Amino acid sequence: MHRKKRVLVASALLMSATIISGLTLYVRANALPAEREIHITAKKFEFTPDTITLKKGEPVVLVISSQDRKHGFSLRALGIRADVDPGGTARIRFTPNKAGTFSFSCDVFCGEGHEDMTGTMVVTE
Amino acid sequence: MSEMDRRGFIKLAGLGGGIVFASSLGLNTLGSVLDYANGHAGKKIEKDFYFVQLSDTHWGFSGPKVNPDAEGTLKKAVQVVNRLEAQPDFIVFTGDLTHTTDDVQVRKDRMAQFKDIVGQLKVPTVHFMAGEHDASLDRGDAYQQFFGELNYTFDHKGVHFIVLDNVSDPGAIVGESQLNWLKADLKQQKPDARIVVLTHRPLFDLYPDWDWATRDGSAVIDALMSHKNVTVFYGHIHQEHHQMTGHIAHHSAKSLMFPLPAPGSVPKKTPVPWDASAPYKGLGLRNIEAEVKQARYGITEVNLNGG
Repeated sequence: MHRKKRVLVASALLMSATIISGLTLYVRANALPAEREIHITAKKFEFTPDTITLKKGEPVVLVISSQDRKHGFSLRALGIRADVDPGGTARIRFTPNKAGTFSFSCDVFCGEGHEDMTGTMVVTE
Repeated sequence: MSEMDRRGFIKLAGLGGGIVFASSLGLNTLGSVLDYANGHAGKKIEKDFYFVQLSDTHWGFSGPKVNPDAEGTLKKAVQVVNRLEAQPDFIVFTGDLTHTTDDVQVRKDRMAQFKDIVGQLKVPTVHFMAGEHDASLDRGDAYQQFFGELNYTFDHKGVHFIVLDNVSDPGAIVGESQLNWLKADLKQQKPDARIVVLTHRPLFDLYPDWDWATRDGSAVIDALMSHKNVTVFYGHIHQEHHQMTGHIAHHSAKSLMFPLPAPGSVPKKTPVPWDASAPYKGLGLRNIEAEVKQARYGITEVNLNGG
């Protein structure tokens, strides 16, 4: 009787270990690649950095904060835009799906230098 | 001023100062000139009238390479209008009356100076609207103190004018509240009413990378589509531009401070430098002849050198 019980417990443990091991492998195999965070500061009338280099297919998060007033971040070529409130942070999660050099700009009127508040995003193959 | 005199003026100005462009219902014809040439000039059309559009005066701007006569250009435009043989029924200013500044007191000073200068216009009726330079940094607070409401309507001899504000929200948004106001106003108008929309930014996506758009402009155009005689006059892009969205014609005006390049023609939007061999080139105002019965608007561009 005791022997039978021990066998059952051992079998159950073995089965659990197998399931856990399998799940771990499954999760590892299907896990999303780590997202790279890119921090951008917006203030009258510039983005810092104003040139950002990404790799096509690489998931990223743009973390944009404003140091003064409300700004916008618009990169129409990649279908991206967000409002950036003063003191707040906008997070834009995306994966560039095409290579090239694209312009981004502030699209919330912020003063006399608004037209100069632009930057470049370079997406490499 | 008689109908004949007015039409005569339009014809002469058209020959001397630029093109004549008439539009409505998708038709683009040389309406005023052809009517005149066909001998209709003396025919009394009770409700026809004309008004003048001035835009983007940017009072307070300083940049000698762009406009060495920054303090004189607006005054010159006032003189040009006052010298018109046939005075218009009214004048509209389609935004950016003043150049932007972070300093609230300077903003108010510029508005006061602007108001003093245009107070020299002989025509007693002037309708103002704001541009982003006037109203985006304080949600139109100072502007309203000097010039009144940001959006409103008025009627003149059978034409319903709607002034839309797409600038006091710095994100270039008309907004749900104003959109509902517009829809309620349009409900009061017959489907064939003669409607003119006056606004600052283009309502369609002319070139959004240069902020030449209204973010919710498509909702405005959708609302306007229910009426078959709608024409839009706007400013903002500092040059003439004519475009149809469905049956709605959109016409932008020149600036009275500096011209800007054609949409997307250069990598960066910067003012076109002053041409010393042709002072005031690219600047001007326009006369708009409203032929009410035909729902047609003849546009005559007038430069600042008397043409």
